[in-house]
Amino acid sequence: MAETRVETRAGARPSRLRRAWQSDFTWSFRHSPVAVAAFGVVMILILGAVFAPLIAPHNPFNPATLNLMNGFTPPGQANEFTGELFLLGTDDQGRDVFSTILYGMRISLFVGVSAVLLAMLLGVMLGLMAGYVGGWTESIIMRVADVQLTFPAILVAMLIFGIAKGITPPEYRNEMAIWVLILAIGLSDWVQFARVVRGATLVEKNKEYVQAAKLIGRSPFAIMLRHILPNVLNPVLVIATISLALAIIAEATLSFLGVGAPPTKPSLGTLIRIGQEFMFSGEWWILLFPATTLLALALSINLMGDWLRDALNPRLR
Amino acid sequence: MTDTPVLSVRDLTVEIPTRHGVLRPVDDMSFDIHAGEIMGVVGESGAGKSMTGNAVIGLLDPPARIVSGEVLLSGTPVHKLKGDALRRLRGKRMGMIFQDPQTSLNPLLTVGDQLSETILEHLNVTQQEARKRAIAALEEVGIPAARQRIGSYPHEFSGGMRQRVVIALALCAEPDLVIADEPTTALDVSVQAQIIALLKRLCRDRGVAVMLVTHDMGVIAEAADRVAVMYAGRMAELGPVREVLTNARHPYTAGLMESTPLASQGRKRLRQIPGAMPRLGALPGGCAFSPRCDYAQDRCRQEPGPTLKRCDGRAACWFPLNTAAKEEAKA
Amino acid sequence: MSAIIKVENLTRIFDVSKPWLNRMIERQPKALLTAVSEVSFDVERNSVYALVGESGSGKSTIGKIIVGLVAPSEGTVEVEGVDLASESDADKIDAVRADIQMIFQDPYASLNPRWRVRDIIAEPVAARGGKTAGLAERLLEQVGLSAADAGKYPHEFSGGQRQRICIARALSSEPKIIVCDEPTSALDVSVQSQVLNLMSDLREEFGLTYLFISHDLTVVHHMADMIGVLYLGRLVEEAPRDRLFSAPKHPYTQMLFDAAPRMDAFGREVEPPKGEIPDAINPPSGCAFHPRCPLAIPRCSQERPEMRKIGQTRVACHMAE
Repeated sequence: MAETRVETRAGARPSRLRRAWQSDFTWSFRHSPVAVAAFGVVMILILGAVFAPLIAPHNPFNPATLNLMNGFTPPGQANEFTGELFLLGTDDQGRDVFSTILYGMRISLFVGVSAVLLAMLLGVMLGLMAGYVGGWTESIIMRVADVQLTFPAILVAMLIFGIAKGITPPEYRNEMAIWVLILAIGLSDWVQFARVVRGATLVEKNKEYVQAAKLIGRSPFAIMLRHILPNVLNPVLVIATISLALAIIAEATLSFLGVGAPPTKPSLGTLIRIGQEFMFSGEWWILLFPATTLLALALSINLMGDWLRDALNPRLR
Repeated sequence: MTDTPVLSVRDLTVEIPTRHGVLRPVDDMSFDIHAGEIMGVVGESGAGKSMTGNAVIGLLDPPARIVSGEVLLSGTPVHKLKGDALRRLRGKRMGMIFQDPQTSLNPLLTVGDQLSETILEHLNVTQQEARKRAIAALEEVGIPAARQRIGSYPHEFSGGMRQRVVIALALCAEPDLVIADEPTTALDVSVQAQIIALLKRLCRDRGVAVMLVTHDMGVIAEAADRVAVMYAGRMAELGPVREVLTNARHPYTAGLMESTPLASQGRKRLRQIPGAMPRLGALPGGCAFSPRCDYAQDRCRQEPGPTLKRCDGRAACWFPLNTAAKEEAKA
Repeated sequence: MSAIIKVENLTRIFDVSKPWLNRMIERQPKALLTAVSEVSFDVERNSVYALVGESGSGKSTIGKIIVGLVAPSEGTVEVEGVDLASESDADKIDAVRADIQMIFQDPYASLNPRWRVRDIIAEPVAARGGKTAGLAERLLEQVGLSAADAGKYPHEFSGGQRQRICIARALSSEPKIIVCDEPTSALDVSVQSQVLNLMSDLREEFGLTYLFISHDLTVVHHMADMIGVLYLGRLVEEAPRDRLFSAPKHPYTQMLFDAAPRMDAFGREVEPPKGEIPDAINPPSGCAFHPRCPLAIPRCSQERPEMRKIGQTRVACHMAE
């Protein structure tokens, strides 16, 4: 009762928060159990990765805390020599699998997010330019994109990775590996951003608000950034989400193939590579838990992307 | 007129359930159309005129649905038909002409194939007979050299010619009723005049009943015999065209007429109807037109507007005007 | 009276050919569309000049050339004595740019959906580094909206209200000329009258000059002082409003008047006009209207008629008198 009175006094417009809660966007989110579940899983995993130093019972990267005697402890059982208990067991070097997964996710997510940001920045910029300027600029950008699309992204990433590795001095290689990984995945993934943004730009640039800006005398740069860019971001958001899942998998694939994150700084892919060596000797947990985490992470991000695409598509409303 | 009307719409109500509540784009519409008559349905965007046409012909997009009332085609109810029965009826007994001739023809089939296909599906004739009838149909709508053009694809026709093909398509199975939804809106003035003349001729020659949905009062004045004026899903006024346009009884109709610039009026300031048509989700209380109405009284703001049945059958208004009398008094 | 806009011999040709590879394979020549062909007219200061025509008449292209969105292929447009296409002095160009604004047809596409109304209205001033404090609020009230609307987004407004916002934006740089490209054809009749009245009021208040582009004869009759009738990119007749409506000289103008639906013509039975607008890529020879013209003589298909002055009317027709 009291609440209603406050509202009427404040005027007909409900508060910003209330409006956001009642908007079509959040409504469609609240009424999609898949989206809510996927969002929950992603949030738990991300929080786990971000707060890994606080949550993880061990620091797997600190050799001083490792005890080789703890190697190959099965999950949920006390080690037969040291009596220590590990939730998800340990690997061959006695590292706690639960902790390595949390730390590994940090690397996977960091690489994935950075690579997508790089791809997005590049793709959106080139797509905007191609769509708005047209002519030769467009031809060159889009032909490069077409050529790149004829190779599988993972091959392109391996190629870039190989070149970058060749030109970095050996002593920096381990440190640089993560950045090279980001560059490789980012460069292999800009094409879809560019294509979508170019298409959306071609539609937007013929709208009359763009003509109005032109006739005021705004520069092409200002029109692209201030007028067109905000209106082509919806599809970019959808692609970014789905690309994130793909980038995390690409990183895992590269690491699995041994060209990605080094064993000293293992990502989920590195963990899976290590784990599959022990698969047939009975230590299944070393492979299964990192693999399940990767699956859960990629799948929930993908499901969120699917929902986002439907929610932002005005035709499906 | 003692014969059964070709189309009889009784208390038709269409609802769309949304998460913000139930919208009612068509609210309690009743009207008849007789053979050989053009009935104009006029209104501004959002008035529900297209929705009425779609409801009659069974083309409502879900979740929109008919919740009450009935649609009688020569006395038989058709609003409950579904699937095949509805499809057979559409085309055979009801034809439809859409606003955009571009999208109402299949771009991958020749116009001849589209016409013969429709004829074969609805009439019991041979392939050759269907082709003959297709040519005749094209000739009837005024396409020159119909025999040669029958093998052409829709994109080979100009906009006006394409709309003629659409009309031929709607009429080729010899329906009793044609619903034309803004048939001339996408066309130029000179072509529009041709299409209106064509519609009038076909209606007269073949005794088809035509429901002409448009926003253009000028088109209504030239083409229609009777007119229904819609506002916010309801019938505001219904009557013979000349009567309604020269002696509007509903304040909305009167406002519409006065706000249209007329060549004879010269430069004088246009009359305005303040505000805009309310959104369906936010209809004002009382009569939906009351906030914009110059003559609104307390009753209009408190009680919903009357239905046509409850007043004189002409204007759905508690206090109908008498425009002609007012003009005389002024003079 | 002096001309604020001088359009001389204006021609605009668009290349609408397919890519050259397709042309080579299909052995087709280049397709050139003459959207505007040798059009000349003057717009007097503080008047409303209307360009009327059906689709393909080139009326929108002329508007876009005048505001500088499209470059002319031939001929010149002088606004306040400055030719935007050939002027090299950046300051002069900028001054003219600020003097001339445009209102577009589609009120849904002409406002950036991601911008607040305040920023939309102030953009013409902000882009030149002018002071924008309170500007949007003042203009909103001037066009009949409330100052509180400045913080809203375009989707919160109806079509008519959006068109008012467009007008406010056009006014913000204090222009002298506004090119109105079918400003009311997307609006409902009851809203159209509001917008037309508003435009008339603002014209008087600010001493504006309108170039009014429309296909709707009733609207043009209501608004214009001087009317130019276009057919297939050519100016076929130009006359003061009353003159044009009482005594149209060109057969196309007459046809247009006859074809327009009239509210007082109940059940009118007239012969509708013949034929349709020809293809602008391959226009008819001589006078473009001759294939549809009831008065055509052999000369009409051979020789393009010059603009002739008959009384107050300028007309391009061999037969007019």
